[in-house]
Amino acid sequence: MRKFDTKVQHLKYQVLKEVAKEAWDDTLLRNFLNIPKIIVPGDEPTMRCCINKERAILAERVKMAMGGNRENPNNIEVLPMACDKCPASGYEVVADSCRNCLAHSCEESCKFGAVYFDRDHRAHIDKDKCKNCGQCAQSCSFSAIVKRERPCMKACKVKAISAEGGKSASIDNSKCIQCGACVYKCPFGAITDKSYILNVIDMLKKSAQGKGRVYAVVAPAIYSQFKHAKLGQVVAGLKALGFHTVVEAALGGDMVALKESRELSEKGFLTTSCCPAFVSYIKSQVPDMLPYVSHNFSPMVEMSKFIKQTDSEARVVFIGPCTAKKGEAKLEASKPYVDEVLTFEELQALFDSRDIELEKLPEDVLDNASYYGRIFARSGGVSEAAAQALREQNIDFEAKPLVCNGIEECMKALLVASKKLKAGQMPEYNFIEGMACLGGCINGAGCLTHSEVKNKMEVDKYGKEAMEKSIKDAVDAVVI
Amino acid sequence: MIIQICIGSSCHLKGSYELVEKFKAAIEAHDLDAEITLAGSFCTGKCNREGVTVIIDDETYTGITPESFKEFFREKVLVKI
Repeated sequence: MRKFDTKVQHLKYQVLKEVAKEAWDDTLLRNFLNIPKIIVPGDEPTMRCCINKERAILAERVKMAMGGNRENPNNIEVLPMACDKCPASGYEVVADSCRNCLAHSCEESCKFGAVYFDRDHRAHIDKDKCKNCGQCAQSCSFSAIVKRERPCMKACKVKAISAEGGKSASIDNSKCIQCGACVYKCPFGAITDKSYILNVIDMLKKSAQGKGRVYAVVAPAIYSQFKHAKLGQVVAGLKALGFHTVVEAALGGDMVALKESRELSEKGFLTTSCCPAFVSYIKSQVPDMLPYVSHNFSPMVEMSKFIKQTDSEARVVFIGPCTAKKGEAKLEASKPYVDEVLTFEELQALFDSRDIELEKLPEDVLDNASYYGRIFARSGGVSEAAAQALREQNIDFEAKPLVCNGIEECMKALLVASKKLKAGQMPEYNFIEGMACLGGCINGAGCLTHSEVKNKMEVDKYGKEAMEKSIKDAVDAVVI
Repeated sequence: MIIQICIGSSCHLKGSYELVEKFKAAIEAHDLDAEITLAGSFCTGKCNREGVTVIIDDETYTGITPESFKEFFREKVLVKI
């Protein structure tokens, strides 16, 4: 079974795996410069124009695997050398495809007079007049008009990426929400997330020497991942790596659901706070809405805080599908509780750096959360959980959720809600569920495999397997 | 006296919730609220085939079940108070 969707992910994984191997052996500082040659050993290039460029880019990837540029607070970075500077010229007529027809429907469809014809009756688009509306492309019977845009810029709905003058992509940190959409979408792997895998290895090594116990808090999206093994084997694998135990972040979800539903009934209008990319967007772009963001921690932080209260020796590593969580963990409010964040991609590299074959391990167990805590992982889940939590606590308040699936829907909803609330009007909903990734966390940038529909089914199935049927039961079982 | 009941996945599936309820009830029945602090703990690394792990002060006991609870409470808690 294929472990990753793309070869870019696989390349990142290879680098992480080699870096981790050297780190376990305490040989990283001596050998990190050799890693590019381990990955592309031959004389012939395998991906780029020449072997030297390949290795130079791999050296950059090694740096990212070792934590990247510490001067840059953003966990998402462009590797300029790896950027292919894809064309970003907007709508263009593909010369071979234009049949020089008589209808000129492209010209008819353009409201801005941007389409003109040469002596051979071939269409052209005047860049100065074109507004990029795309009508011409739709009207052409030969599909001869295409939009040339960079995959990274197309993926970045918050418009944090620019490529002025045909240069390498650059990220505006003040706009970037660290969702990682560009990381997954760049076909050259030129934008990537920094890894803190070395910090985790360090923690695990210290723990083996009796210094601290390392807890893995795993996101519920994990159920749709590592499908080459059973979930119980993933848990066993984590313990084989040296984690003391594995706890569901979904239990933090249950705790948050109880608190957040109470907060909603008290305030009358609320947005969720579990998606760090969504919260980050509000902070930088719609600060008017900040007072309405739930003051509760995200399930990751809530769970980590609870663990640290029960065990003073605990170190907590959150493992999930999310690159934005790497930023959230570094916020002042989360820092005391979450020690490090790994993505599923990084976890796979960590397993393989220790030659842990999940399929061969006995099945361990993972069960603390309810159905509702677990479905936080997919779009619509938090809203369902909040409504259920109101019922379970006998709070007479009707939650009217607006489920925003993906950052584009979030942006629209926030804009409308902010205008209405400013004008003293109440929108027709009172609870905005914001998830930056389409489908929710199950489709996060740090997933091994991405699929909105299949992953949702898997997470719902996992939810139904929970022993505790209600949110309160799940929480009461641990809060003694 | 501090009593820690394992609430990790393995013990959870073997009925730690039920055991917590039994502890709470027994503590109340014997009016020991002031003497005993009940707390949870995620995995003590002593997962057993049967029953739940309980730590009383620094002593770890494994395999406690709702059936064996009464005797356990009498022998390990009541006599020490």
